[in-house]
Order: sequence, then C-alpha cells, then structure tokens
Amino acid sequence: MTTKDRNAFAPSRRAVLAGMGAGLLATTGLVRPVMAQGAPLKLGFQLHATGIGASYGRWYQRTADAAAKMINDMGGIGGRPIELIYEDDGTDPKRGAEVVDKMANQHGCELILGTLFSHVVMGSAPRAGELKIPYLVCSEGYHVASGALNRWTLQPGITDVRSQISAMAPWVAANLGKKVTMVFPDYAFGHDHRDFFTAAMKAQGGEVIAQIAIPPTETSFTQYLPQIPAETEVLYHVMVGPGVLTFVKELGEFYGPGNGPKLFGFIDSLEAVDIATPGLEFLEGSHFWEAHNRVKPADAGEHEAAYRAAVGVDDNGASVADATDVSTYSHMFSTWETLFFIKQAMEAAGYTGPADRQKLVETMEGISDLPYGIERPQGAKVFNGKTHQVFGTQTISQVQGGKLVKVHQTSMADGAYDDAVDYTTMSF
Amino acid sequence: MKSVALHLGVLVLLVVAQFLLPSYHANNLSRILVLAVFAMGYNIAFGYSGLLSLGHALLFAAGMYGAGMLVHHAGTAALLALLIGTLAGGIMATLVGLLALRTAGVSFMIVTLMFAQVGFLTILYFNGVTGGDEGIALTAPERQFIGLDLTQDAPRFWVALVLFVIALAANLALVRSRFGRVMLAMRENEERSRMLGFNPYVVKLQILVISGLFSGAAGAAYALLFGYIGGSFASVQYSILPMLYVLLGGAATVLGPLLGAGLMFYLIDFASGLTSAYLMVVGAALVALVLFAPKGILGTIRERWLPWLP
Repeated sequence: MTTKDRNAFAPSRRAVLAGMGAGLLATTGLVRPVMAQGAPLKLGFQLHATGIGASYGRWYQRTADAAAKMINDMGGIGGRPIELIYEDDGTDPKRGAEVVDKMANQHGCELILGTLFSHVVMGSAPRAGELKIPYLVCSEGYHVASGALNRWTLQPGITDVRSQISAMAPWVAANLGKKVTMVFPDYAFGHDHRDFFTAAMKAQGGEVIAQIAIPPTETSFTQYLPQIPAETEVLYHVMVGPGVLTFVKELGEFYGPGNGPKLFGFIDSLEAVDIATPGLEFLEGSHFWEAHNRVKPADAGEHEAAYRAAVGVDDNGASVADATDVSTYSHMFSTWETLFFIKQAMEAAGYTGPADRQKLVETMEGISDLPYGIERPQGAKVFNGKTHQVFGTQTISQVQGGKLVKVHQTSMADGAYDDAVDYTTMSF
Repeated sequence: MKSVALHLGVLVLLVVAQFLLPSYHANNLSRILVLAVFAMGYNIAFGYSGLLSLGHALLFAAGMYGAGMLVHHAGTAALLALLIGTLAGGIMATLVGLLALRTAGVSFMIVTLMFAQVGFLTILYFNGVTGGDEGIALTAPERQFIGLDLTQDAPRFWVALVLFVIALAANLALVRSRFGRVMLAMRENEERSRMLGFNPYVVKLQILVISGLFSGAAGAAYALLFGYIGGSFASVQYSILPMLYVLLGGAATVLGPLLGAGLMFYLIDFASGLTSAYLMVVGAALVALVLFAPKGILGTIRERWLPWLP
C-alpha cells in the first residue's frame, strides 16, 4: 500500500475537526430545523367515520384530503409536507377522547383537528388540554365561544351556531314574517336554536309565539302539528337526523299543498340529502340557512370552481363520481379552511415541533383578518383570538324546482354578539 | 391461597405495566380499570346472580352525574363527590330494583331498559343543568382530588388503581362470603332458595344495590378522572358494554371484567384502525366466543383447568 493510498482512507486532522464540529452542532440541536425539513408534519384528524356523524365524516375526509393535497402542492407548511392521520371516533365522546390520546401519543401528531359533533368536542377537549396539544374543531357549536372549553381548543374554520342563528333573524323578520313558531329537537342543539333565535327575533321586533320541542326519540310528528298556532306566519324548523323526512311529509299532509305558514329551516337537517327526494315536495318555495351554497350560485366567488374541482363536487353539490352522493356542503369547507389556517399560523410561528405548540396557539390568537381566497372558499372571515371563534357571512337559499337557490347573503354584523370569554387570560 | 396470590400477582402486573407501557397505553389502562369496576358491578348482578339487566347505564350515569354536577355546580370536593356519586349509583339501583324486581327474565330486561331510557331522556331534557347531549367539560380546579391533580396521567392511574383494588377486594370478599353463596343460589334455583328461607325479592334488591354502588363508583370516577360528563354515557350502549365485558372475560369470575374490558377496548382500538366496519369485527369475535368459549375466557379456563378460580 502506497502513502497516497493510505491518505485516501485516513482522514486529515482538518477533516476530523470539521466532523467533530458538525457532530457537536447536531447533538446540541442547532441544526435540527434544517434536518427537519422534508419530514412530514403529522396532523391528526378526529373523524366521524362511523356513528351518527358518518355522512358528515365521509365528506370531511374528502375535503381535508383535497386541502392537504393542495397545501402539499404549494410546498407544504414551512417547506414540510403534511400528512393527515385519521382516527375514527365513532361520533362518540368517550372514544373521541381516546383517539385524541392515540393521535397525540402514539402517532405523534403535531395537533388535532376536524371534530364536528358537539358532544365529541366536549368529551375530547379536556384530554387535548391535558396533553397541551392544539385542538381545532370544525363543529359550529357555541361551546368554544361560550368559554366552556380551554385555551388549546379553537374553532377557526366555521362560524358558530349562535352567530349563524342570529344572522338569520333580520332577513326572516323583514321578508317572511314576524310571528314565528319554532319546531326543534328537545336537546342542546335544538335549545341553542330556541334561545338564540327567540332573542334575535325579539331584537328585530318579531316574536316567537310558540316553541314546540320534539323529544329525540320521536318518530312521528302528527301529534305536535296541531300545536302550531293558526296566526303563525313563519314556521322555523330544525330537525337533525332522519326524522326530518317524516316531519316534512307529515307537515305537507297536515297543511295540504300550497297552504300553511312560510317555512324556514337550517340545512343541517338535509345535509347529504337530495332536496328533490320524494316526500320533500312540501319544501318547494321554502327557505334555508346555508353557510356555503350547495348549488353553485350565479355570483359565486372566483375560487369556487377550483374548490369544487379539488374536492370532487359538481355544481349541484354532489360528488362528480356519483350524482346521488350529495355532499355536506355547508359544513365541510370548515376542514379546508382550518387546514389553511393551520398553515398560516404554523408558518407565522416558525413552528418546528411539539415544543412550539404554545407559541402556535398564541400566534393563532393573534390572527384576525382572514380574507377571501382559495384558502377560504366559503368567504372572508374574522378570527376572534379572545373567544377562539371565527366569524363569517351566511346565506339564505330558497328551494326552487327541487334545488337550493341563493337569495340572500348576510353581513358579518348580522351575526355579531358580545364576547363571553377571553381565553387569552387563561393559563396553558 | 392460590386465588389470593393470583389476584395480588395481577395487581403487581398492573403496577409494573404503568411504568413500562408507553404513555398512550398507560392512560388506556386507567380507562380500562375504571370500566372494569363498572363491569364488576354488572357481573355481581348478572354473572353471579342471574339478573340480566339492560339498564346499568343509568347506574353508571347516576354516579357520573352525582359526582360531576356536584364538583361543577356546587364546588364540592372531588373525594366527597366520588363518595356521593357512589351512593347515587346505589340509591338509583334501589329505586329501579324496587319496581323492576317485581318482574323477572325478559320482563326484567325490558323494565330496566325502560328505566335507563327515562334516565337518558331526563338528562337531555334538563340540559340547562346536566349539559344534555353535549355534556359538561370539567375544569382542572374541579378535578383536584385530595391533593392529586387528576388532569395528570400518573395521579389519574394511581387513583384508578386504588379504586380498582378496593372494588376487586370487595368483589372477592363478597363472592367468598355466605352472601356470595346466596347470590349463586338465586341464580341457580330461586325457588329452592325461597324454600331454604331466603326472600328472593330482598336478596336480589340487595344484590342490585351492591351492583349499583360499583357502577356508581365507576361513573363518578370516570367523570373526575377524564373530565367529562355527558348524556351518551346514559345511553343503551353503556348498558350493553358491561355485559359484553363480562361475557368476554367470563361471567361469575372476579377477574373476568378486567380481562373483558381490556380485550374489548383493544379489539375496538385495533379493529377501528383497520376498517370502518370495526363493529363487524367485534361482532365476529363475540360470535366466535359464543361458539367456542360460551362461558367467556376465564370461565372456560376455570371449567377446564383451574376449578379454584373465583
């Protein structure tokens, strides 16, 4: 072996020093952000794949997948691709808390998002708070803004139900009538509608003249319909679940075609349901709240088409692959917008890993204006860092020829209410 | 002696597991221990005494709301709330038992189911106080238990373990006592027990109250340890689950509820990661159990190999 050969294998003193220096830097963590580039950011998604929320969950997953693909095509978050880790919570609060644990501790997710049903949010948020992991819900429940939860729980992708309901009252009072009878399910969701809409109508000079609560186990509504006062001008209905089909059919039989008060409802009852379904004919001409118009409106924003194409929804709000597979269009945008909110906040916070979670929440709390764009296809929003709740505009649609046609868009001021909590004063 | 050694060995294993298991599984263990206490209560009624109830969710919920609402609305200390929640389970069992025990067999199942539904709907109806279907998230200050912060994993496990140890010891003592023999007699031949001088109505009411105390303690502990009370815990699902835990682990075995709760927990956890049709996997496992081990896992082991197993 020649001297030259030995030098080829034996490192020089300078090379050894350089190597030691690099090793020292690596062990002290100084180069960690550089090394982390390219490693996927795991985002846990609490999915209602089974249980009562399954039809929502199916579309939430499709929408979130589409958003994740777009974010990754844009270069990911801070240069790192994102990977969505789905766990089915069975739309059950007990299981919800367990999957929060699983995603945080077993999958190593940076944060958790996506929960819709309020009871699952309420059951899971305490565990998220214990784990000190950001928990971004897509629930529209008032539970976040009411102050019932903790500093780690935020709702940046969808307006809460209190604001939605309040925003409806001015238009209903001005266009449909001032004497309202409400029919609602006799549990928390229905009670939110009862309380907030009654107050909002009163502020508009209107009056809720009867409140008819339907027990959740009820399968027929004929015994309740005679309780609707004859002087009712507007029948406000919100019946989540399959009962809505029976309710509408029996309502039609009770009043007869073309008769009865004007109807106003929340589309929650009919998400993932074709409005042209036989038995729903009585809804023709009635009005509904929609957050995001299922049927593409004539004045749709410039990003609407790209959003629909990315998620795989046609202009009628159904899957492009199956016209009978109707989407949950007024809710599912929340997963898309939440993911883009996460991207914005993580990049602003310089997020590198779990040690930055608190900084991430503080950064989120500092975000306010969320302008319209492909990141927010439903519309511009304002995030309230104190209440951890986002606010946006709502729309009212009319059933015309078996389709939902947009007739009105509210202003953000229509749904404004005073802050009930300041999470920023709470400890982490 | 063998059975005492076995149960002590299980407790040692649980303690060791807490230190060895990763965080996710260690916390699952806390959940399983509390659910096992619930299943023990069910086992006392169903496994040992033949009272096939479909209303134990009500007893669990009585404990959960008894404790949860006290700490949330009245600021009651968590230890006192746990005790009151336990009593609430017993009192609810007394009220249900006084009426339901006038029936037997299928009628008893239906009546207990009806009572549980009434409880469930009552929780939804009074949602201003109970939180209804949404429920109530308990805050950290509400979950301070004799100086222990139950929002932290380690104190939570130790409290769950102590509760489990007390329940296990009580269960073991009960089934080895004279009253335990009477329970078995009621299950095997109620008429002969009556002829021997026992009043079946009174004995079964006592059994149901003991079962309710276990269930109430589990419900109260679940609220305080995991920080949430909600109407779904009073739904029929939570009457079915303890039955499945007991059937899987082994009816009328002291450790069967723990084994059943643990296996069912991980069966759901594992299967839900594979398919959204995970309940079919659970169902197939139960069918296989009925076909090949109708007495449950420990029941079969006792029958074939360990006749001394309590």
